[in-house]
Amino acid sequence: MSTLQVEKSEIFADPSGKELKRESMMLNMGPSHPAMHGIIRLILELDGERVLRSEVEIGYLHRAFEKMSESMGYLQVFPYTDRLNYSSPLINNAGYAMAVEKLFDIRIPERARYIRVLMCELSRICDHLTCIAASAMELGAFTVFLYMIKARENLWNAVEMITGARLTISYMRVGGVKADLPEDFEKVIRTCFKETRHVLKECHGLLTRNRIFVDRVKGVGVISKEDALAYGITGPFLRSTGVDYDVRKDAPYLGYDEFDFEVPVGTTGDNYDRYLVRMEEMEQSMRIVEQAFQAMPGGALAVNLEGKEIPAAEMVDEAKMGMVEGFQHQFVTLDPTLEGSTKFYFDRIQAGNKSASLPAKENTYGNIEGLMQHFKIIMDGHGYEPPKGEVYQAVEGGNGELGFYLVSDGTGRPYRVRVRPPCFPIMAALPLMLEGGMLADIIATFGSVNMIGGELDR
Amino acid sequence: MPVLEILTKQFPEKIIETHDFRGDETALIQKDALLLIMKFLKTDIRLDFNMLMDLTAVDYLWMGKKPRFEVVYHLYSLALKHRLRIKVPIEQKDALVDSIVSLWPAANWYEREVWDMFGIRFQNHPDLKRILLYEGFDGHPLRKDYPINKRQPLIGPKN
Amino acid sequence: MMSGNESFVTSRLNEMIGWARKYSLFQYPFVTACCGLEYMAVASGHHDIDRFGAGLPRFSPRQSDVLMVVGTISHKMAPVLKRIYEQMCEPKWVVAFGVCTCTGGFYDNYATVQGIDTIIPVDVYIPGCPPRPENVMDGLMKLQEKIQHQKQEV
Repeated sequence: MSTLQVEKSEIFADPSGKELKRESMMLNMGPSHPAMHGIIRLILELDGERVLRSEVEIGYLHRAFEKMSESMGYLQVFPYTDRLNYSSPLINNAGYAMAVEKLFDIRIPERARYIRVLMCELSRICDHLTCIAASAMELGAFTVFLYMIKARENLWNAVEMITGARLTISYMRVGGVKADLPEDFEKVIRTCFKETRHVLKECHGLLTRNRIFVDRVKGVGVISKEDALAYGITGPFLRSTGVDYDVRKDAPYLGYDEFDFEVPVGTTGDNYDRYLVRMEEMEQSMRIVEQAFQAMPGGALAVNLEGKEIPAAEMVDEAKMGMVEGFQHQFVTLDPTLEGSTKFYFDRIQAGNKSASLPAKENTYGNIEGLMQHFKIIMDGHGYEPPKGEVYQAVEGGNGELGFYLVSDGTGRPYRVRVRPPCFPIMAALPLMLEGGMLADIIATFGSVNMIGGELDR
Repeated sequence: MPVLEILTKQFPEKIIETHDFRGDETALIQKDALLLIMKFLKTDIRLDFNMLMDLTAVDYLWMGKKPRFEVVYHLYSLALKHRLRIKVPIEQKDALVDSIVSLWPAANWYEREVWDMFGIRFQNHPDLKRILLYEGFDGHPLRKDYPINKRQPLIGPKN
Repeated sequence: MMSGNESFVTSRLNEMIGWARKYSLFQYPFVTACCGLEYMAVASGHHDIDRFGAGLPRFSPRQSDVLMVVGTISHKMAPVLKRIYEQMCEPKWVVAFGVCTCTGGFYDNYATVQGIDTIIPVDVYIPGCPPRPENVMDGLMKLQEKIQHQKQEV
C-alpha cells in the first residue's frame, strides 16, 4: 500500500575511514493510533528517531457529504453540515445558511444576526477547548484534559438549552435561526464564562510555563509564513506564523466589524505559538459574546397592533381588563426541541421571506396558509427554488476559512455543494513540519493541527 | 480598476465570459491559457492573488451544459483583500488540465481530490493518485452518473 | 449427589468470574468521528465511566477486552477495524457506539459501511447521533449484564 520507496544502503562515512551501511526504517503510524485523535495514516521513513520523510494518507472518514447534499433539498443539508467539523458545528451551520441566503439574497433580522454571532463564538470556544485538551492529554497533561472537558460540558449544557442537542445541533435555518434564546440565557452564559475563565487560568498555570510542556512544543513543528501561505493555510495555524488573516476581520460577515475584538498572532509558527493563539482566541470569543448580549436588540417582549412596545407592567393591567387582542403573545404547547420557535419569537429571528423561511409553528399547525408554506418549503419540488447561479461564502471556522461553494440549477436541490475544509491544506503541509524532527514530536505537532476527520475527508 | 476589467484587458481573446453574481467575480477562461492567466494573477501587483483558497470541479451533466465539466479555482489576495473565481470548461473525452502545483503547492492535494472525485487529470502533477478513496475503487463518485449508493467494499458483503 | 455439587461449584465459579470480568473492562476506543467528542465527555470527569470499571482505555488491541467502535466506519476503514478485532484476545466484546456503527445512520451512500455487524460481531448497540452520555452508560450496563450472565470461558 505504501508508495514511498525505501532507499536502502545509504552510505555514511565512518570516522575510521571505513564505509558503513545504514538502513532507514519504514514505520506505519495509524490510521487508528492511540496518540492521535483522528484517523489518518502516516507513512514514515526513519533514521533512528529522526523522521527523514513522511507521507500522509487521508480519506478514512470519507462520508460523501458532497454527494449526499446533491440528493436532497437545501434545508435537509443542515444536519450533514453539523458533522463536518463536529467540534464547532454551529459555525458550519451558519456558514451553510449564509451561503444559501446569499443565493436567495435574503437579509436576516438583527436579532437573528446577533444570535448567530453568539452561537458561533460559543462553538469556537468549544472547538479550541477540545483541541487544547486533546493535545495536552497526548503530551501527558491529563489534568488539563479533565478541566477543559469540564468547561466544555458547561458550555454544551448551555447550547443544549437553546438547540435541544449537545453536539449535532442543526440550529441555523435559512433566513434566521430555529428558535429564540431563553430569557435567562445571559445569566447562564455569564456563569459558564466565569467557570471557563477560571479553567483557562488554571490551564495557563498548568501548561504555559510548564517546563515539560514547553520543551515538547517550543520550536517544534515550525512552519514559515511563506510556506503557510503557499499551502493556503488559514486560521489559528496561519496566525501563529504572524499573518493576521481572519475572515471575521478581513471580510466581515454577520456584522463582526461592529464588535471590538483582537486577532492574536504569533511570531514563530511553532506548536507553542499555536497553543497561545488558541488560548487567546477563546478569551476574545468570550468578549464577543458579552458584547453581543449588550448590543442584542429586542429588549421588549411584545408589541401592540400599532407596533408600539408594551411595557411589562401595562401588559398585566390591560390583560386584567380583558384587553388581550393587542398581544401577539400566544403560547402553544410544543415539544421541548421546538421551544422558542413560536410566532411570538419568529419575527425577530427569521427573515420572513415566504419562499425561503419556515413559518412559525402555530401557523403550521393552526392555519392553512402556514401549512401550505411549510409544505412548499419542506416537500421536494414545490417552490423552494433559488435562482440559478453560484456563490462562495467564507466564514472563520475553528481551524480557518470554512468556505461553502454552492451551485444552483434553479431547482429545489443544490446542484453542487462544495466545502473548503480548513484542515485540508494543513494536513497537506504536515510533512513540512514533521520532516527533520523527532518521531515523538509528531504527536505534539499533530495535536496542534486540530485535525477533524469529518471536515478533512467530508 | 476592478479585477475583471484588468483581466479582460490583458487577455481579451482568452476570456470566454465574466459575471459577478451576488458580488462573486467570476471569469470563464480557455483551457490552454490557464497557466498563463494564473501566473499573471499571482504576479501582477494590481491583483496579487497570493493564496489559492479552493480548487474543485462541477459536473454539469444534468444541466445539459456543454462542455460537461468545469474546474473551479477560488483565489484570494491577502494584501488587497479581494477574491476571484476562475472557471475552466473541460470536455469529457479530453478531461485533462494543466496542473498549477508549480504556482501554489496547495493545489497538490486539491487536484488529487478532483481526480479522485471527478476523474479529471492534471498534466505535470507530481503525484496524481486517489486521496479520499482507495486504490481499486472503480469510477469517480461525484460525477452525476455515479449512483449514490453503489458501494465497492473492500471486505464484507457486496452492496 | 456428586454431580449436583459439581454444577453448584461451577455455576458459582461462573458467576464469580463474570462478576470479576464485568468490572474490569479494558476498552480499546476505536474513535473515528463525531461520537469521539461524546466519548471524551463520557470518559472524563463529568460522567466518568470509571465508576463502571471501564475507565481505563488500553491503546493496544492485544491488551483490551472491549472494542468500542466510536463513529462512522467507511469502506476504506473497514479492513483496519476487522484487523484490530482479530488482534484482540478472547474473551472480547464489541460495542457499536452511535447510529453510524449500528446501521450506517443517515450516511446511506457509496462510502459508508451500513452497520459494523456486516464485518464483525457486535454485543451491544448504542444508538444516537451521537448518543448522550447517559445513553452510553446504559449501554455499558447492558454489556455488564451480558458479561455476568454468559458462560465464562477460562
